[in-house]
Amino acid sequence: MITAERKPLSEIKEMIAPYRKILVVGCGSCVAECASGGEKETGLLGSALRMDAKSSKKEIEVKEMTLDRQCVYEFINQLTDVIDQYDVVLSLGCGAGVQAVAGVFPKVHIVPALNTTFIGETKEAGLWVESCRACGDCKLGFFAAVCPVTRCAKGLFNGPCGGSRTDRCEVDPDVPCAWQLIVSRLEEMGRLDLLRKVHPPADWSKQQGKGPRKIHREDQST
Amino acid sequence: MKTDSQLKKVLNRGEFAVTAECGPPKGADPEAVRNKGRILKGYVDSVNVTDNQTGVVRLCSLAACALLKQEGLDPVLQMVTRDRNRIALQSDILGASALGIRNILCLSGDHQSFGNQPHSKGVFDIDSVQLVQAVRQMRDRGHIIGGDKLTEPPRLFIGAVANPFADPFKYRVARLATKVDAGAEFIQTQCIYNLNRFKEWMGLVKEYGLDNQVYILGGITPLKSARMAEYMAAQVAGMDIPVEIINRMKSVPAKEQRQEGIRIAVETIEALKEIEGVHGVHIMAIEWEDAVPQIVEEGKLFPRPEV
Repeated sequence: MITAERKPLSEIKEMIAPYRKILVVGCGSCVAECASGGEKETGLLGSALRMDAKSSKKEIEVKEMTLDRQCVYEFINQLTDVIDQYDVVLSLGCGAGVQAVAGVFPKVHIVPALNTTFIGETKEAGLWVESCRACGDCKLGFFAAVCPVTRCAKGLFNGPCGGSRTDRCEVDPDVPCAWQLIVSRLEEMGRLDLLRKVHPPADWSKQQGKGPRKIHREDQST
Repeated sequence: MKTDSQLKKVLNRGEFAVTAECGPPKGADPEAVRNKGRILKGYVDSVNVTDNQTGVVRLCSLAACALLKQEGLDPVLQMVTRDRNRIALQSDILGASALGIRNILCLSGDHQSFGNQPHSKGVFDIDSVQLVQAVRQMRDRGHIIGGDKLTEPPRLFIGAVANPFADPFKYRVARLATKVDAGAEFIQTQCIYNLNRFKEWMGLVKEYGLDNQVYILGGITPLKSARMAEYMAAQVAGMDIPVEIINRMKSVPAKEQRQEGIRIAVETIEALKEIEGVHGVHIMAIEWEDAVPQIVEEGKLFPRPEV
């Protein structure tokens, strides 16, 4: 999932300060799963804005709406009939959601309420960790399903740096050394042979070679 | 400029090699580099110049190597993959060779979060093993990454590093084998204080048959004080300083601790000379280059061979 964290209220207030009628739009997908932009969080943010306006004697009008997915046109379309009644849209979608909404309504000011952070997994209640950098060239099969691009602080493909000690990363002792995990898992699988190969330099053009990437599939086109 | 690497000549002749580390200044002063070079000249075969070590901005390794070359020393260009992508790295490799630099040490580099530019972007386009492989291809096959031919290949003796004290311990030697496969010709190790563990590692090195494929130079860092020993043991990643060494430093009065540190360094050198497969020492006297002549003399490694 895409994870995100809500921006501080002060930063949000600054962005919406010039406006009176505010449409707060949540997203029911990834950001709902990571409890930053779902229906519940959208309601909480709307209430916080109303309370803040009341205490500072400012008159604003806030309406909340949550789309199932903010990055897909069929769902964004639900805003068509209401969006004209508002001065600004405060989006609790990820960066893709914010931009998708703006793409459909280019004349409306859409501002983000979240900082989109990473592609990750839910480790336990209230804990999400990054596990994929979307490099476009997945090599997890060589590394016992531990991504060295994401989980090694130096993104090393050919073994650990000299800093790992007692299975912790030198950069952050709270983080396990990715290479310690790779080596011990491959050892358990009896596949240490996979580490004998020198991995050549990665092809980063698949990640950031020519600006934004796209996937175009003829079989899915209408 | 057609001279060969002094380090390579010394090692190929079977002599016990001595290299030392020179940290460039945090400023643009060339004299700071030259002065360090003058202290080391005659006492070492080659001088490593660190590349913005611990992520702290310093005068660049390439320029400092060129200055040391002018002083008549044989520099070892340390190159980390943290700060430059493959275009810049390969370009600097060609530039280094053109300036008469004949040795390169390939590293990934300390993580940028440790230094004075913690908000910088860590590049890590390639890793240290891939850098070794790239230099080897440039030199021996005359092409860069991707296959484009060079008009003139660089002439460099290629080194890499190994840390016998980091985890996972057993895999450390497999990693060394990977570096040798990639093309490393000499290895400089992390500072050795735990001789037992180093011997254990060398045993594995021999089991892999690597002692016959690559020159290994053991790392030596003289301790300046008991406090430095304690700090390094607790704070420096990948460092293994046994409690006996720390206690030995503590057992002497503060003003004699520097001499005790030198004594430990000399004793370690004596021990390394006796270990089969160790081909030399690499002395990293951090901001204490003037300790090197004494260590080399007391370690009975002076004068250096003329080759």
